[in-house]
Parts: sequence; structure tokens; C-alpha cells
Amino acid sequence: MTKVFSRPKSLRDVSTHYCPGCGHGIVHKLIAEVVDELGIRELAIGVAPVGCAVVAYDYWDFDCSEAAHGRALAVATGIKRVRPQNIVFTYQGDGDLAAIGTAETLHAANRGENLTVIFINNAVYGMTGGQMAPTTLLGQKTATTPGGRQARLEGWPLKISEMLREFSGVKFIERTSLYAPQEIIKTKKAIKQALQNQIDHTGFSLVEILSPCPTYLGLSPVQALDWIRDVMQKEFPLGRIK
Amino acid sequence: MTGNEAMAEGAIQAGCTFYAGYPITPQNEIPAYMARRMPEAGGIFIQAESELAAINMVFGAAAAGVRALTSSSSPGISLKQEGISYLAGAELPAVIINVMRGGPGLGNIWPAQSDYFQATRGGGHGDYRSIVLAPASVQEAYELAGEAFDLADQYRMPVIILGDGMLGQMMEPILVQSSKFKVQRNKLRTANSQLRTKPWALTGCKGRKPHVIKSFFLKEGDLEKFNLVLQKKYNSIKQKVQRYEGLFLDKAQAVVVAYGTMSRIAKSAVSHLRKGGQRIGLLRPITLWPFPLAAFQRFKRSSRNVKFLVVEMSYGQMLEDVKLALDGRFPVEFLGRSGGGIPTEEEISKALRKLSHD
Repeated sequence: MTKVFSRPKSLRDVSTHYCPGCGHGIVHKLIAEVVDELGIRELAIGVAPVGCAVVAYDYWDFDCSEAAHGRALAVATGIKRVRPQNIVFTYQGDGDLAAIGTAETLHAANRGENLTVIFINNAVYGMTGGQMAPTTLLGQKTATTPGGRQARLEGWPLKISEMLREFSGVKFIERTSLYAPQEIIKTKKAIKQALQNQIDHTGFSLVEILSPCPTYLGLSPVQALDWIRDVMQKEFPLGRIK
Repeated sequence: MTGNEAMAEGAIQAGCTFYAGYPITPQNEIPAYMARRMPEAGGIFIQAESELAAINMVFGAAAAGVRALTSSSSPGISLKQEGISYLAGAELPAVIINVMRGGPGLGNIWPAQSDYFQATRGGGHGDYRSIVLAPASVQEAYELAGEAFDLADQYRMPVIILGDGMLGQMMEPILVQSSKFKVQRNKLRTANSQLRTKPWALTGCKGRKPHVIKSFFLKEGDLEKFNLVLQKKYNSIKQKVQRYEGLFLDKAQAVVVAYGTMSRIAKSAVSHLRKGGQRIGLLRPITLWPFPLAAFQRFKRSSRNVKFLVVEMSYGQMLEDVKLALDGRFPVEFLGRSGGGIPTEEEISKALRKLSHD
């Protein structure tokens, strides 16, 4: 019999700590597959965030660094500037990238750092117990918006990808999702493009991935995918942004 | 050269190839000097968007195995504490220069020594220490900037150079080509030779198992074990790294204890009073952490009665370490001003005369 599929070399053979239906595991695997396919495992340096994916380095089988909450792109800047021959990417959630790390995100993008950013947008804080994220939708109930997010008090969902589109240093942005197999395939393609851009010295590339968090959306894994398809992607339209 | 420029050049001579910083007075000569000198020296200069970003860029560069530096002044150093704690937790070597100014808050831009507690007690969250070096002249600032990198690499931890606005702005001639640094330059000629001595660095996992740089230990018991490793390292440093300068200590009836710029003003007072026949000595800690306890042993061993005067540009921070070092066995008086006030030679002389009459 011919073997048609196996675990990527860049993914360790360990059991997951993520909740049932969580999107992180899927994206970890996609990154590992792409790193293998591009043949960059021995060049790759991943920067893990603070949040549910804090131990991303326990899953990937290549060099990794942690970063303080929100500082992943500053850490990645330091690594890439002194080791331009390596392929450096950050993996960040919505709180890390678009709340506490907004300044680091905007300025790394504006400097046009030749880096790749994988941005997981699940509209809620997972690690700390389901609080409001900068990307939480209006009306969405969280631990810190018990009556639902109100624009009057908490402002609107922050669209950081659309903001970054205006920056001269930014070369590639695509928003994808995980709600169906074909969307996962598109996500993988976007990740591959974003890493290829770095190999080609194109400049700052970001993939925003709408990812399910069934636990803190209070939905079943299947309902959480439907919610992304029917509700979340209306606020965060999919497709190539730049 | 100003003290600020001397520290920048000292770092470059020691093989520092990465600098990230954010402007703040009175240390602006450091980023300006680095912006010009780093490219000449084949290194990287980044003006970061904040002190937070700067220290985290240093974290990344240090993780990638190069000698990395940042500098700031008091309010900016407060912002860097997050990153310094992470450097300590991830056991990464880096050098941080603090050209202290008046505080608290935005304070002012005049010289001060009021960040002593912050520097010597850790400063950020968690059980950690940084080695703290306190130069008193532009020459010493130059030399300690270089040595700071050796200590940082040797012990894989952050090293802080604690100067003040006066030292940073002061101009003095310096001898750049000391033999010590020639040896270091040969040792650290290329980035590759640095990396050979840093087998833990992130370089890509070619031909080896992947490396992870982290300070996160979630499993029960793991963090306590790691913190004990740090404690063991810190205890070894306490034994090996203490440094101080002692003047006229042998027969002194009174000893002034002061560090950095303050020690130079104290030295003038001591010299004048000695000319008048008074037996006064000067003790200048060069390492503030580890505090040079060894310097105080001679007094504790002898039966002489010695009085101490601690002089600081603060309201008594190093004072606590001097009292701890002396175990309450000797009288310790204090003279300090802060917020831009600097104890004058006359004030120190007056305090010393009062001390010998009491």
C-alpha cells in the first residue's frame, strides 16, 4: 500500500492541550506542513505569543522563542535583523496582536520588516477565561461584556488587517477562515504565500485567520464553525486585503 | 568623549552588534552615536517605537546569539522592566544602560541615583537579579561597558550599567586602546565566533535538535526547580563578582561610602579633610549587585571603632545595603539629596566634621 499522508516532520508527535473544536491545532499543523513543503525547517524560527498558543513551541519541531504579551513582533524584529538568512514568523492571537501589542504590530509593519505574521482572530480571550477581545463583535457576550459588547462603551471590533493595508511597508495581507475544509485549504495557501514572500525578501506579510473558540463562544464545535460562516465573517470579510 | 559616547564605544569594542533604543534625556548621545557607529562596525541600529519594543528587540537579538544593548534613563528603564524580567527568566545575556535622572514620575532631567533599589533588587516581577555596575569616570564607563558583555555572556543574564546624568554628559579624555580590549576584540572578531560560544542560541535547527528560548514553566514544581538554578547562579556571582575601590581605609576613623559620580565629589571632600590631618577613607562600590560585602569585612574583623557616612543622590537607597553589610555594629550616618539636588563637597565635609565630633 502507498502511504499518502503522514504527520509533517515539523510537527511533534504529542497530544494536544487545546479544547475540542479549537482552531489552534489546525493552524499549527498547516504551518508545519508548509514549513516542510518549503523545505525551511532548519531555517525556521517561530515566535510564540502569550495566550492559549503560548506553548506552540511544544508542537513545532524547529527553533522557537517565547515573547512577552504583545511583543512578538519586537522579538521577531531582533531575531530577523541579526539573522536575515533565517525564516522568522510570529504566531499571535487577537489580544496579543491587536490590543496589548498594537504598537509593536503597527511599527514592525510600518518598518516593512521582512517577517511573516500568523494572526489568529477568534473574537475572544481564551487563556484568561473568555473576556472581550479587540475583535469581539458588537452584541457578543463575554466575561467582561456580560450584556454584550456595546459600541458606546467598548468601541467597535478592531480591523487591524484593513488598517495595515494602508502601510507602505506591508506587502501581503489575506484574511481566511477555518469553518470548512475548502477554507482550511485556502488558509494553507495563504500561509505558504506569506512565508514564500519572506524567502523572496518581499517584506511584511500577514495572514489573519478567523478561528473557532467553542469553549468561550458557548457553542458546540460545529456551531462555532457555523457562527464564523454566518456571523463573524460578515464583520471580517474573507479574501485578499493587500 | 562624553560618558554616554564612551559607553556606546565600549560596547562596540566589546563586540556588541545590536542596539535598539528610544530617545530620552539625558542619554540621547548613546542612540545618536550608535546610529552612526553601528553600521560602521557591521552591526544593527534600530530606533524603536518605545522602550518596551526596544528591550524586546534586544531579547530577540540576544536569543539569536549576538551581543545586544539598549539604553535609557529612569522613566524609560521602568518601561523596560518587563523585558529585563523576561531576559532573566529566559537566561539571555544583554546589557542595559540606565543614565539616571530625577524621579518619581516624569521627574526632571538632572542627575540622580534614585533607581538603586530598582536596579539592585530585580526591578521587574519575579525572583531575579541583574549584575549592576556603577562607573565613576568616563574611562571607567568605557571599560565597564565592555566588561558588562563578558559578565552577561558568562552568566547568561542581564547586566545593568547604572550611571547618572552627570556621568553621561561629562566630557573626559579616554584611552581607547587598552590591551584588555585588544584581547577581547580578537576573541570576538566575528558574529560566528560569538555563536560558537552560545550553543543554545536560535540559529535554525540544522544538524541539531530544535532550541526553545522561554521563561514559562507551567508544570507543577518546574518553576521552583528553575528558580533554584537561578539562585545557585546568583550565589556564585555573589562570591566571585564583588568589586569596589577603597582609599585610605587602613587607619580610617571615618569612611565615606559613595558610588558613581557621587563618589568623585566625596573624594574631593575626603582629600581636603585628610590634608587637615583627619583620618578619613573612601569606599566606592563598583558592583552594586552583588554588593561588595568583602569591602566591609576588614572593619568587622578589627576592633577599631569606625564611623560611616553614606552619601547618595537619593534619600537613602544604598544606605540599606551598607547597614546590612555592617550588621549594626558601626554607626552609619547618611547625607542625601534627590530630585536634581547633588550633595556638595562642603555639605559632605560638614557632615564628616559633625561625625567626628559626635
